[in-house]
Amino acid sequence: MTEQSSPQTVKFYQTGTRTVGNRLLDETGRSVQASTKRANAITSGHRACQGCGEALGARYALDAAMNACNSQLVAVNATGCLEVFTTPYPETSWQIPWIHSLFGNAPAVATGVAAAYRVKGRKDIRVVAQGGDGSTTDIGFGCLSGMFERNDDVLYICYDNEAYMNTGVQRSSATPPRARTATTQAVGDAPGNVFGTGKNLPQIAMAHNIPYVATASVADLNDLEAKVKKATAIRGARYIHIMVPCPLGWGSVACDTIRLARLAIESGLFPLYEAEHGAVTNVKKIRRQVPVVDYLKLQRRFAHLFKKGAEDTDSITAIQHMADFNIKKFNLVGIKEEKTK
Amino acid sequence: MKQLPFAITLDPGTSLANETGSWRSEKPVFLDRIPPCNQICAAGEDIQGWLYHAEEGNYKAAWQALIANNPLPAVMGRVCYHPCEDACNRAQLDEPVSIHSVERFLGDEALKHGWKPEFEVEPSGKRVLVVGAGPSGLSAAYHLTRLGHKVTISEAGPMAGGMMRFGIPKYRLPRDVLDGEIQNILDMGVSLRLNTKIEDIEAAFNQDGYDAVFVAVGAHIAKRVDIPAHQAGRILDAATVLRDMETGEEAPQLGRRVIIYGGGNTAMDVARTAKRLGVDEAMIVYRRSRKEMPAHDFEATEAEEEGVLIHWLRTIKQIDDTTFTVEKMAIDENGRPQPTGEFEELEADTLILALGQDVDTSFLGEVPGVEMEWDGVVQVNDQMMTGREGLFAGGDMVPSERTATVAVGHGKKAARNIDAWLRGKSYSAPEKHELAEFDKLNNWYYEDAPKTQRPQLDIIRRQTSFDEVIGELDEHNALYEARRCLSCGNCFECDNCYGVCPDNAVIKLGPGKRFEFNYDFCKGCGICVAECPCGAIKMVPENN
Repeated sequence: MTEQSSPQTVKFYQTGTRTVGNRLLDETGRSVQASTKRANAITSGHRACQGCGEALGARYALDAAMNACNSQLVAVNATGCLEVFTTPYPETSWQIPWIHSLFGNAPAVATGVAAAYRVKGRKDIRVVAQGGDGSTTDIGFGCLSGMFERNDDVLYICYDNEAYMNTGVQRSSATPPRARTATTQAVGDAPGNVFGTGKNLPQIAMAHNIPYVATASVADLNDLEAKVKKATAIRGARYIHIMVPCPLGWGSVACDTIRLARLAIESGLFPLYEAEHGAVTNVKKIRRQVPVVDYLKLQRRFAHLFKKGAEDTDSITAIQHMADFNIKKFNLVGIKEEKTK
Repeated sequence: MKQLPFAITLDPGTSLANETGSWRSEKPVFLDRIPPCNQICAAGEDIQGWLYHAEEGNYKAAWQALIANNPLPAVMGRVCYHPCEDACNRAQLDEPVSIHSVERFLGDEALKHGWKPEFEVEPSGKRVLVVGAGPSGLSAAYHLTRLGHKVTISEAGPMAGGMMRFGIPKYRLPRDVLDGEIQNILDMGVSLRLNTKIEDIEAAFNQDGYDAVFVAVGAHIAKRVDIPAHQAGRILDAATVLRDMETGEEAPQLGRRVIIYGGGNTAMDVARTAKRLGVDEAMIVYRRSRKEMPAHDFEATEAEEEGVLIHWLRTIKQIDDTTFTVEKMAIDENGRPQPTGEFEELEADTLILALGQDVDTSFLGEVPGVEMEWDGVVQVNDQMMTGREGLFAGGDMVPSERTATVAVGHGKKAARNIDAWLRGKSYSAPEKHELAEFDKLNNWYYEDAPKTQRPQLDIIRRQTSFDEVIGELDEHNALYEARRCLSCGNCFECDNCYGVCPDNAVIKLGPGKRFEFNYDFCKGCGICVAECPCGAIKMVPENN
């Protein structure tokens, strides 16, 4: 013994930090969602379907943002499920300042809001723009790219449920290959959506070299809150892409929403990472790796891949390759490397 | 009516007006399920309940919760065969929670700090006689005192503890620990009369005026076996050897080589005791194989580690002074040992029989109404009462598995029944909750954390001294072990349900008060059920 060892502290808290809260941690160590003082940005009585991932993801993200900026927050909302189910006139579920724009111009409206507060000298007020994958990856894509390019002081959050769910599950450019939607029926030689070249919005956002890009999931609350908190503190254009399963559009049971989001991460199909100024800075490792089949089988939109006696093994293999590609690209499996100081 | 802006016909309102609870066909409900550890515990401990306090580092509260069911945690934490750990759901994740060692840690903490049982009760004015100061009798006396009755224990022997003292060697149960926990019970106001054999039960009722009597005299009479012997060497029985270790002036004389006949835990104890007394060879002869032995596997392993030689599948056919002729056996398809006609010879100075024990309940023979089996085992009903009104019995002398843990459980059960009987009622145990099986859990949320190994005494010291073999956990490890508990089936306030509800339909009631559903808005999606780590919520059909 050369030096006196310091008394060990117990670092193990039964559930670690995977659960929402933990009675063994002090209040500051728990998530925003564990607190009875959370903003509850979207209150009860909204008309989202049973088990809606987007209602959950939006509350997670906005409560975290509200917590991070002393409740000085304005949210701009593109048209889509989130707007429709929260504000059927004359009711609203929003408990924060909130403005609805058009389907395609939420980033531009948010830019305007941010500019107005800058002119008024209100540096304390933070602006969030939000939309589904339809308004983000298709209809508002031009406005969003412009917002990135000008580095406007807006945090844009995309709640990705992989199709136009509000209007009846039509395909978007975020719909995964082979998924059945109203416009990509499971018929013919290549049923469901096509294997395209892909339109990966977080990667596109990174290509704009904006200060902050992250992916997050309703399956990992503590990770999501940390990313929103970090993004809220940064000035300039920021982008967070949150996966929010949709029981209606995916054909999954309502109680599987978080489970599906978790399987998407654990299979490698939805990698969790952060990037600053165009470079990946942090990656969340896979904890218990699963094959993509575990994820696909729970969803009726992929049921045609598993038809008895006529399994579409080629497509399943191709989807597995997508996951394997992510795992390799982001180094999702293996021991976490020590961060260099 | 308020003036509305141009073209607006309705006031903007909150969506709270829209009670989405009407969408539901199934609703979530909170429930408590019984964890497998609690279900299997013969002493009826609420293991998860006391671990809950230990998780916070509140060891005193944990100990108070523990002794609500079992007054001997420091003893139990050493001698119990911990079936709770075999049942523990965590075994399916990594390794079971080391319940046994946390129990011991709590028991030792209590002895170290002098904690006393905390309870409040109105004296009932009733007097109860307990016959026998073994684990059953001590447990009954303790629980009866907690229930307000005045208890006297009569013990025929010179010391209290029963088989915990006269059957379990020191290296497994140090005597200061046993004495400490017995003293705690006596300090509650229980009177103990040693060297007092009760011969006449009826007199206790009629002359001494006891309102009820609980007999738990154990099973002390060693079983015998007939072996042809031309010139028998020294033959002892295990119960006497272990007893002499406690009461004898000097240790039993065993010679240089000893054969122990039998394959139970007592055989292992005696063999290991013989080793410690300095014999060169301690051999166990057992008629079946390791798979069929009644001893626990770890006992055989520890005995072998200490140099005990076990001859499996052998019976002793003949003894000629120091030469023992043994026949090889073979297990047939029914699992019974059959002779093979092949013989071997072993040399030994002493034979110790460890073939089990019988009860001596002849003193109950005269009591009207008491029924016994041919071997003296006393029959009791589901209230633990014999055929004589007010006479209860428990422990090794009634049909049961003969362990200290079962005996302690008998004591508690008897106390509750005696209490009810004394108050002119009949005790009925609360209905058991449904079992929290592993598939009821969402194990994703639990941190990966394998079990802590307890230190073991160095092998040379184990062979030569009676120091305790298994070491204790330090505070850090005990806390870590407690926190490995999954809290199967019972809410531990992780806030998951409160967080994961897309409809804000879970109400958080604050520390220790758990949660409630707001059925006005709960749509019945079931995410809270799926994401509850410990299986404390379930879906039930909505009644319309």
